[in-house]
Amino acid sequence: MKNSRRGFLKFAGLSVAGVAGSTAVATRTRASEEHEPPATEGKRLALVVDLRKFTKDDALLDKITDACHRVHNVPDFADDPKNEVKWIWTEDFEAAFHSQEFHYLREDLKSKPTLLLCNHCDNPPCTRVCPTQATWKRASDGVVMMDWHRCIGCRYCIVACPYGSRSFNWKDPRKAPNLAEITSTYPTRMRGVVEKCTFCDERLARGEQPACVEVCDNDEMVFGDLNDPDSKVRRLLAEHMTIRRKPGLGTQPEVYYIVEDPRTLQEFAPAAEVFGEEGGHA
Amino acid sequence: MYDTGKIVAGLAVFVVLATSPLWYNALSAAPPDAPELPKPANGSTECVEATEFMRTNHMNLLDQWRDTVVRDDVRTYTSKLSGKTYTMSLTDTCLGCHTKKDQFCDACHTYAAVDPYCWGCHVIPEEAQ
Amino acid sequence: MLEKALSGSRAYWSWIFVLLMIIGGGVACWFWQFSEGLTITGLSRDVVWGLYIAQFTFLVGVAASAVMVVLPYYLHDYKAFAKMTILGEFLAIPAVIMCMLFIFVDMGMPNRILNVFLYPTLHSMMFWDTVALGGYLVLNIVISHFTLSSERRDEPPPRWLKPIILLSIPWAVSIHTVTAFLYAGLGGRPFWLTAILAPRFLASAFAAGPAILILLAFFVRRVSTFDPGKQAIDTLAKIVTYAMTINVFFVLMELFTALYSGIPEHVAHFQFLFMGLDGENTLAPWMWASSILAIVSLIVLINPKTRGNYTWLRFGCVAVVLSLWIDKGLGMVIAGFVPNPFGKVVHYWPTAPEFMISIAIYAIGALILTGLYKIALEVRGQLKKA
Repeated sequence: MKNSRRGFLKFAGLSVAGVAGSTAVATRTRASEEHEPPATEGKRLALVVDLRKFTKDDALLDKITDACHRVHNVPDFADDPKNEVKWIWTEDFEAAFHSQEFHYLREDLKSKPTLLLCNHCDNPPCTRVCPTQATWKRASDGVVMMDWHRCIGCRYCIVACPYGSRSFNWKDPRKAPNLAEITSTYPTRMRGVVEKCTFCDERLARGEQPACVEVCDNDEMVFGDLNDPDSKVRRLLAEHMTIRRKPGLGTQPEVYYIVEDPRTLQEFAPAAEVFGEEGGHA
Repeated sequence: MYDTGKIVAGLAVFVVLATSPLWYNALSAAPPDAPELPKPANGSTECVEATEFMRTNHMNLLDQWRDTVVRDDVRTYTSKLSGKTYTMSLTDTCLGCHTKKDQFCDACHTYAAVDPYCWGCHVIPEEAQ
Repeated sequence: MLEKALSGSRAYWSWIFVLLMIIGGGVACWFWQFSEGLTITGLSRDVVWGLYIAQFTFLVGVAASAVMVVLPYYLHDYKAFAKMTILGEFLAIPAVIMCMLFIFVDMGMPNRILNVFLYPTLHSMMFWDTVALGGYLVLNIVISHFTLSSERRDEPPPRWLKPIILLSIPWAVSIHTVTAFLYAGLGGRPFWLTAILAPRFLASAFAAGPAILILLAFFVRRVSTFDPGKQAIDTLAKIVTYAMTINVFFVLMELFTALYSGIPEHVAHFQFLFMGLDGENTLAPWMWASSILAIVSLIVLINPKTRGNYTWLRFGCVAVVLSLWIDKGLGMVIAGFVPNPFGKVVHYWPTAPEFMISIAIYAIGALILTGLYKIALEVRGQLKKA
């Protein structure tokens, strides 16, 4: 009896494994019948943030972050920084570019508010490490997308992101006080998935600008297609000195920051001597 | 066979336990009638697809919509029934007509004892709350 | 053979009972974590991997270390290890299972774990780590089952098993290399961005794993008539010594590169670990303890007199395991996140539920190890009557 009992158990175990395996294969072949992405001309979407136009305590900063967080139902765990979720936020210039260590920079420039968000890199480390392709770079326009139905919450993308752009839902976002009443029909996310800015992909599909850009009426933030040589972003990048965060890592971030150029010093320090300039700014 | 008595007795207990849902239901009172689903408040008489198709396939259709919208950035769906195009959205399109989620969606889900977690994330529009 | 784990002395069953109690407590904590979310841990937006992933990293090393007995015996016919290989494999199996459990409890959406297999992603190291660990578990189960059942029937193992055993040798190296690859390819985490990470992982694995094996062998010697033999213990002790020496050397190499170059984003993490940074020095006493234990273990192990004295050897092995556990299971993962990408220092310390779940997983590993060792000893008819 002993030998055939072992044989029976082995047979039962292998049968279960076989059924499970074949189910997985069947699901996989079904899943691979995915739709071809729409054949659009490849865009390269980018954002230019004009740091010259922001000052400390600028009301616009809150308008920008609120516009994004409100339309996307981003939870605000105000008293609970451990669980913080943010898609776009402000850091001091010195902190945003901390490796530069601006020792002798004027205080107000050191603390110049710098808007930070996902850089939608051309060469994103986050999409490289995701084990389920829950995050990927869209070929059609370069947006680094999120699929919250597929995310397993391993947080590897957060580990890989050099910019701290991503947040994890440590708890149910609907428990946040600001989401007691939900005003936007954009889905909330659930506890256990990673989230970040998606360049307002739902608004892009309607031909609209990202929510943060829309509240800017003086080109404080400019959004557009780098593959279009006539776009505003291309002109800005041609004519202004811009920096990107941690460029040496090869991630090719697509969020650019216009930093002070000599002509604009007139705004902040009119008495300063500027050589060979007509004054004013482009 | 060794221990025949114990094995047969154990098997009998197992069979009784494993088939308990069947004989429990058979012996209970008659189940309630299938729920009557309300018609859309906006008077629309045509759904995205035929009623019978939706009854059996709405879950698969929603999964297909989910992947097409999120992963392929394609947001319009052409109905096989009418050829009309619809925006693929649970909150906007489906609940745009079937506004009373508790009477429409939950009625059958509760009856069938299924608990889809779509609503943990997808927002129920104001009218339905 | 499995039924041999289901009979035992009072001491055996008391031990099993204690483990089951611990496991029960941990499972309850995990259900709480599953419903509330990982907010009940000490993790935060900046330190997203902590105790769970650190334990996974340490245990992958322990799992890989079975190769240190398999390689000499099967590849080089080192007969002294003949009786040890099953103990090594029966240590690797619970170690791999614990690795998988630590990953599972760390996931935000564990019910979606099958997505890793439904949507295989060949450019993700995490996918390959899953494949490697799963394959290694299957390999070890197959190898240990067929070698032990052949031993039971007093027969040599089947011939087709040999290539599978030989496959497990590079596979063991690969599981820990791919785990190192999780960390070592991330430009945004300069503390881990070092070519020596994988070699360091392997060196520390081949020190900690055999050290645990030696301690287990001594314990088995006490409760059974099984004696691994002086040569087996002495050779294993030499392996631990060489591996630990190489590991300490690698650590010194890392310290040199960081400190001599003076590059702030490299120095900052070491400073955080050993001196504290911006007032955050929770890990400093642990790291110094780890370093002192490492030196002490080397003094004990390098000296042939103390290495050959089994009391000193036990002490040296405990020192090795503790030192390397602190290094991998506490320091390495947390320090990758502090300072964060903005240069800010953040605090992380595991919470009580986090500890409870971790201890419970170790208890599950101990339970499996106990059962497997019991089977092996019973098969050999060597269990002492209580």
